[in-house]
Order: sequence, then C-alpha cells, then structure tokens
Amino acid sequence: MRPPHPYAQPFILGEVRAALRMPGAGMDAIFDSLRNAGLLIVSGDPTLLEIVALSLAVSLSAVVLATLLGLPLGAAIGVLRFPGRRALIVILNALMGLPPVVVGLVVYLVLSRAGPLGELGLLFTPPAMVIAQTVLILPIIAALSRQAVEDAWREYEEQLTSLGARGVQAARTVLWDIRFSLLTAVLAGLGRASAEVGAVMIVGGNIDGVTRVMTTAIALETSKGDLPLALGLGIVLIAIVLALNAAAFLVKEAAQRRYG
Amino acid sequence: MILPLRLEEVSFTAGGRAIIAPTSLEIHAGTSTIILGANGAGKSVLMRLMHGLLAPSAGRVVWQGREPHRRQAMVFQRPVMLRRSALANVAYALEVAGVPRAEREGQAMAALKEVGLVSCADRPARILSGGEQQRLALARAWALHPEVLFLDEPTASLDPGATREIESVIRAFDAAGTKIIMSTHNLGQARRLGDEVLFIHQGRIAERSPVERFFSKPASPEAEAFLKGELPWA
Repeated sequence: MRPPHPYAQPFILGEVRAALRMPGAGMDAIFDSLRNAGLLIVSGDPTLLEIVALSLAVSLSAVVLATLLGLPLGAAIGVLRFPGRRALIVILNALMGLPPVVVGLVVYLVLSRAGPLGELGLLFTPPAMVIAQTVLILPIIAALSRQAVEDAWREYEEQLTSLGARGVQAARTVLWDIRFSLLTAVLAGLGRASAEVGAVMIVGGNIDGVTRVMTTAIALETSKGDLPLALGLGIVLIAIVLALNAAAFLVKEAAQRRYG
Repeated sequence: MILPLRLEEVSFTAGGRAIIAPTSLEIHAGTSTIILGANGAGKSVLMRLMHGLLAPSAGRVVWQGREPHRRQAMVFQRPVMLRRSALANVAYALEVAGVPRAEREGQAMAALKEVGLVSCADRPARILSGGEQQRLALARAWALHPEVLFLDEPTASLDPGATREIESVIRAFDAAGTKIIMSTHNLGQARRLGDEVLFIHQGRIAERSPVERFFSKPASPEAEAFLKGELPWA
C-alpha cells in the first residue's frame, strides 16, 4: 500500500476506497475494472446484453413516437402563422432542457394508481419508460425541426408558390428536401433519450430483468460497487451515442456532397 | 389568353410604409416590358403583386381567362433549387403543373436542351454554378410554356458571359411568344431586351415609354435624373 499523497485528505481517500471496496484503491483498481468491463462486453455477458437490448428498445420506441408527433408539430409551427406562435416557440425551446427527473415525476403521477391513467397499470413497465422518454424528447425534435422547416420555408416559399405547389404538396416537398437536417433533429432526440437516467428510473423502477436499462443499471451498480458491470455498460452507452453521432455526421456530409 | 393584365388602383403597404402607391395600368401581349428604377423603388414588389406572390393592400390585379396562375412563371434573382438533379428540378415543376408522369422526363429534357444544360441533367442542381442555376431556373419556366414570364433582376449576380447566355434564353422565350416582364439594373440589357420601359420612382410609375424614347428623351425629371446616375438609390 502506497503512502497517501501529502495533500490528499484521508477522509476523502477513505470514501473512495469504500466505494471501490478494494484495498489500495487507485489507478490500478480503475484499470482492473476496465479490463473486467472489456471482458464482459467481449464475452457477450447475458445480463449486459439484456440491459442494452431493453435500453435500445425503449429509447428507439420513444424516438419513433416523438418523431411521429414532434415532426409534424414542429413543421406546422415553422410554417403557419397564428396568435401566440412566438410564445409557443419560446416555450418549446425552453422545454428542450426539461429535467428528466421532473418528466419522470409527472409521468409517474399520471400513471400511478391514483392518477388519471392509473387503470392502465403501466407504472414500472417498459411502456411507462417509453412514455416518459417520449415526453422528454418530443420538445427537442419539435423545436429542432421547427427551426429547420422555418429556415427552409423562408428560402422555398416564393419559388414553390410561383410553381403552384400549395398545402400538402409544398409541405411534402420541403420536408423531403431537408430530410437530412430532420434526421439530425431525430438523432438529437435519440441521444438524449438513451443518455437520460432520471425519467426511466422513476417510472420504470429499475427492476432487474424488467425495467433495468443501461443508465439505471450504471447508477445502481456503481452504488453497489460492481464497477466492472457499471463501466462496461458505460462504455457500451458511450459507444452507441458516438456511433449515432458519427452516422448522423457522415450521412449529412454525404448528402451535402451528393445534393448540395 | 390571360393578357391583358390590369392593375386597378393596386397599392401595397408594409409596416405602415407605402411600398407601392395606388397604381392603375394595363399590360398587353406582344411587347417586352422592362421595369426600371432605383433600389427600393418597388420593382420587385410590383412584379410580385402582378404574379400573385403578394396580395395587394388595396385594389385588384385582374388577369383574363381561366386559371391565370398556371399560365405564368417567375425567375428570381437568386434561383431556388431543390436538392435533386437538374432534370428532376424541371420534372418537379411539371409534376406540380399536373403533367402525367410518363411525359415529364421527355419534356424536362427538352427544356434543358433549350437552355444548353443537357450535359448537366443528372448533376445535383445545387452544385451547379450561379449562371447554370439561373439557366436551370429558365428551363424550369420553359417547360411550363408560360404565356407570361416574370424575371426579377435575373442576371444581377452573374458575370458577363453568364449574363449573355441568360439573355439569349430570354430572347428565345420572346421569340416563342412569351410575354416578358423583367426588372433589371443593367441599362444595356434593358435596351437589348425591352420594347417598353416602366420606370418606378418611390412606389409610383413615374414614366412609361418605348425603350428608345426612354433612353434618348425621358419624359419625367426622375427618369432623366436616374439615367444620369443621380439616383443610385431611392
């Protein structure tokens, strides 16, 4: 055991050791955990795979729902002119930063036995988590697509009107033309959904084998001291988010080259 | 025939400011009309009112015949192209105009041929040069066989070579019997392409004369000052 650094406070060092539940905690322990995490990933640990699969299922479902609702909403706000529009845009932009725990709390109240949708018995099930994440990312997708549609419409409106494209036809044309910008909006939603912990923790309950997803598992395993599993999940999570962003970047870049 | 076009006491106000003062005029087939005036005089707004992109604050814009909007086209100063091939951009205009799918590609190709862009048919429209994009905008208009073609400073941001190409396409429209209504800052172009000049000064038609007379003997003091270069802006 190495002597503590002279400036290190014994109390804090003690806490770290306790958390790691290892004697002589330090870089060695972290590398140890990393190695074990790598082994878990490479060996395709069933617990880990199950958690990753549920995470993806929940977040992807939420993204599909939020896109179906948020994209038309954003497009409509981007193009239509109505009283209260500017206030709505400010609110929508503000909602992009909704704290996940607050969303979780509200959805919890709605889905709990005494709540308005309590009879459905959805609390602590994956559908409840999908609902919470949909609420969380709907403003993100709506606000970002509102911006993209509004910018595009400013550019296209006169030309499309001159050609005689109106209503649904004009909307279809514009949305298709900016589909890669809209994809970015959708992926921003997916990134947020897969990374949040507060909402799914509250409405899902982090039940082993039922509602345990990557982020809630990381929180739990870390507090339990199972660092390899927590780290392994963390690595997978970061890799997924990284891969999504790389994919979005490449698709957009390729589109830019291809279509100008 | 959708001409003659009649403006009856048409005015346009934006933000409490009169952009176009109440204006009445008639525009006939057969001549090319050039709209001249300083920046901010109201040239673009006047054309947009005629084409129906802007609704007049008061007064009426009256076309003849049925579905007059389908019989006119407009080319803007900066062409707006969709993110698809040059050919597909022309085909899109035909689709909107209700041309059956089977006929679109052939007609679009013919229009590209007219403007000399056949070799660019499959290239993405947005990566064409400024001059090529403007010719593509003309091809898109050509495919629609409009009776009236509005052009809003179509060569304002182009070099002399591209400008010449655009002008030759505009002549082809004229030769095919399309009525040209064009605004420009290029006085040489006005002389080359125009038959009559509508001169706008601060939202009013200050003068309407045949091209030759406008440049040799302008009737209004505003036009005289404009031609002497004393009114670079309104």
